[in-house]
Amino acid sequence: MNGLLLSLRRILVILTKELTQLRRDRTTFGMVVMIPLIQLMLFGYAINTNVRDIPVALVDQSNTALSQVLAQTVEATQVVRFTARYAEVSEAQAAISAGQVRAALIIPSDVSQRVARSASVSPRLESPPATDEQTSRPVAQWLVDGSDTMIAAAIKGLRAMPLAELLRRPANRMTPTFEVALFFNPESRTAINIVPGLVAVILTMTMVMFTSAAIVRESERGNMEMLINTPVRPLELMLGKIIPYIGIGLVQTAIILLLGHLVFAVPLDGSLGALAVTTLAFIGASLALGLVLSTIATSQLQAMQMTVFILLPSILLSGFMFPYEGMPVPAQYIAEILPATHFMRTIRAVVLRGAGLHEVAFDTLWLVGFMLVGLVVASLRFKKRLD
Amino acid sequence: MTEPVIEVRGLTRTFGDLTAVAALDLTVEPRTIYGFLGPNGSGKTTTVRMLTGLLTPSAGQVRVLGHELPRDAERLKRSIGYMTQKFSLYDDLTVVENLRFVSAVYGLGRRAARQRIEVLLATYALGPLRDRRAGQMSGGQRQRLALAAATVHEPPLLFLDEPTSAVDPQNRRDFWERLFDLVDAGATILVSTHYMDEAERCHRLAILKDGRKCADGAPAALMAAMGAHVVEVEGSDLRALKAQLAALPEVVSAAQLGSRLRVLVHERIPDPVAWLRAQPLNPMPTHLESVHPSLEDVFVTSTGDARA
Ligand SMILES: Nc1ncnc2c1ncn2[C@@H]1O[C@H](COP(=O)(O)OP(=O)(O)OP(=O)(O)O)[C@@H](O)[C@H]1O
Ligand SMILES: [Mg+2]
Repeated sequence: MNGLLLSLRRILVILTKELTQLRRDRTTFGMVVMIPLIQLMLFGYAINTNVRDIPVALVDQSNTALSQVLAQTVEATQVVRFTARYAEVSEAQAAISAGQVRAALIIPSDVSQRVARSASVSPRLESPPATDEQTSRPVAQWLVDGSDTMIAAAIKGLRAMPLAELLRRPANRMTPTFEVALFFNPESRTAINIVPGLVAVILTMTMVMFTSAAIVRESERGNMEMLINTPVRPLELMLGKIIPYIGIGLVQTAIILLLGHLVFAVPLDGSLGALAVTTLAFIGASLALGLVLSTIATSQLQAMQMTVFILLPSILLSGFMFPYEGMPVPAQYIAEILPATHFMRTIRAVVLRGAGLHEVAFDTLWLVGFMLVGLVVASLRFKKRLD
Repeated sequence: MTEPVIEVRGLTRTFGDLTAVAALDLTVEPRTIYGFLGPNGSGKTTTVRMLTGLLTPSAGQVRVLGHELPRDAERLKRSIGYMTQKFSLYDDLTVVENLRFVSAVYGLGRRAARQRIEVLLATYALGPLRDRRAGQMSGGQRQRLALAAATVHEPPLLFLDEPTSAVDPQNRRDFWERLFDLVDAGATILVSTHYMDEAERCHRLAILKDGRKCADGAPAALMAAMGAHVVEVEGSDLRALKAQLAALPEVVSAAQLGSRLRVLVHERIPDPVAWLRAQPLNPMPTHLESVHPSLEDVFVTSTGDARA
């Protein structure tokens, strides 16, 4: 009993010391607030998977009223913007190669006949039926720089553009094959998905970064020789080192979610309790991971490199950028080890879909388990010796 | 007779090919100041680290305060204080914060810690500096803080690794007064140094060189049993004289001290002054005088280190 009390007191004094040092380290203290702020603004505005205003070239070989209307109709979709006009196809190709435009629309000289012919066959012009050579010819052609798949997909999406107004006919009511109801993000705004994911990415970055340096820093500054000569136990040291950062992690989460709510209108649907529990579990897991790195690294520079090594897959494989389900199976296995992947699921579920604690219980428990294993590994790896 | 505080037999530590400490035997009696005198790289820090349980010896037996090392290192921690060679408290914490940290880690209660810290601030003249960050203090002030921190839990055994390397002579004297106070209060102190004047204050001394113990004993006894005579020589061309003297096999060493040469002559020469007069030196010394040996002379003879 008395031993436990002494242990608690030692943990308390270590964490007080960490907080005092943190408060006096202006740069680090500033990072606590500035990292989430800047990243949120950067990612929230910049990452946009709804592609708009792609610069493209126009090669109008027919130069008729119809071709002009066609070009205007295409531009009216807002997917592309004609930034250059060329007389020859070869010029347009050169512009694509030079990166001046991403694609070029080639309107052939016989565009009027093509439109008329396909109109005679199909009342619905958006998909000319391929019954014979003549009628199956498309109205115009796109040349696309396919290296960016996102842009290529956006332009491919124009293939089935309705041409009804081209013929000054009332648009046909078309019956789609599927009806799609978009839950949770009806306007398909990227920020809705990005902002909760950003919590996972930013917490991975700051939490792992802070604690990965925690133990090495003591060695680098020469404090370790004093520390290991005291009766302090490894687990006490580890706990004292991570507890201050739990508060910091919660502050950062609050900054991101509140700003995301105010600036990007990200809903905060879920229960605060579920959000707090799953976030705490993730913060704990990240801090423990940082501690393990800290017992491996021999300098703060190495600790930083290891943080990047964890951060990159946490951004690319966790489902932050690309859907987890679309990744190859080996990548999914790797993703499954990363705490960020589990948290990406739970925080999106809670924040966007209003999921309760029991619905995210599995991933949350996984994070708690990860934290416990990490703490034990770090404590075991930490030796109170210099050799 | 009470049991020795430290008993070491055949203590050895290697780093790869390098033997930092070689077959060291050591006995430290309670309530004494035991000195390690040795040049850079002689293995002082390595030995202290093994005696505190921070380094595992490559060979040898170590008993400190009745604890077998390295096995019982953890149990020893409460009973020892260790002032590291490099300042190891927190630069970005104040004097009081550092002391509070150390006292809590050693398990002192809040009230006990507060009282103890006030005593330490008074003893080590740190009161006016209590809210100064350690990183902003002078070398001597930091050394005092480090000693205060090492004695927070009133350990019966203190290890001080070159505690006064950044301290001026006046402060060094004060520092040693505090050490004698501690011994008076019952502590045993093991201190490493490369200052002769400091070594001379120790009750007992081990001279280390390249990880080996060259001599061991009370400073006065070491000087008495040095095995060489000391002669001070004056003359016109001291550099030339020194070269000629150093070439003689009976001369252990010759070192210039200002306008004199301090010459150590092997003890097999019964009358060194007469013997030196008889040597064919050019130019002849103007004045020769036999003097008492100093600890530096002991150091030079025992390590065979004829430093110019
Ligand atoms: N961790 C280590 N790895 C390799 N070699 C080491 C290590 N620690 C010490 N040494 C070597 O062991 C020898 C003794 O070093 P030690 O630090 O004990 O000397 P010292 O007497 O304390 O010297 P100083 O007066 O400069 O502090 C040196 O040659 C040093 O290079
Ligand atoms: Mg040393």
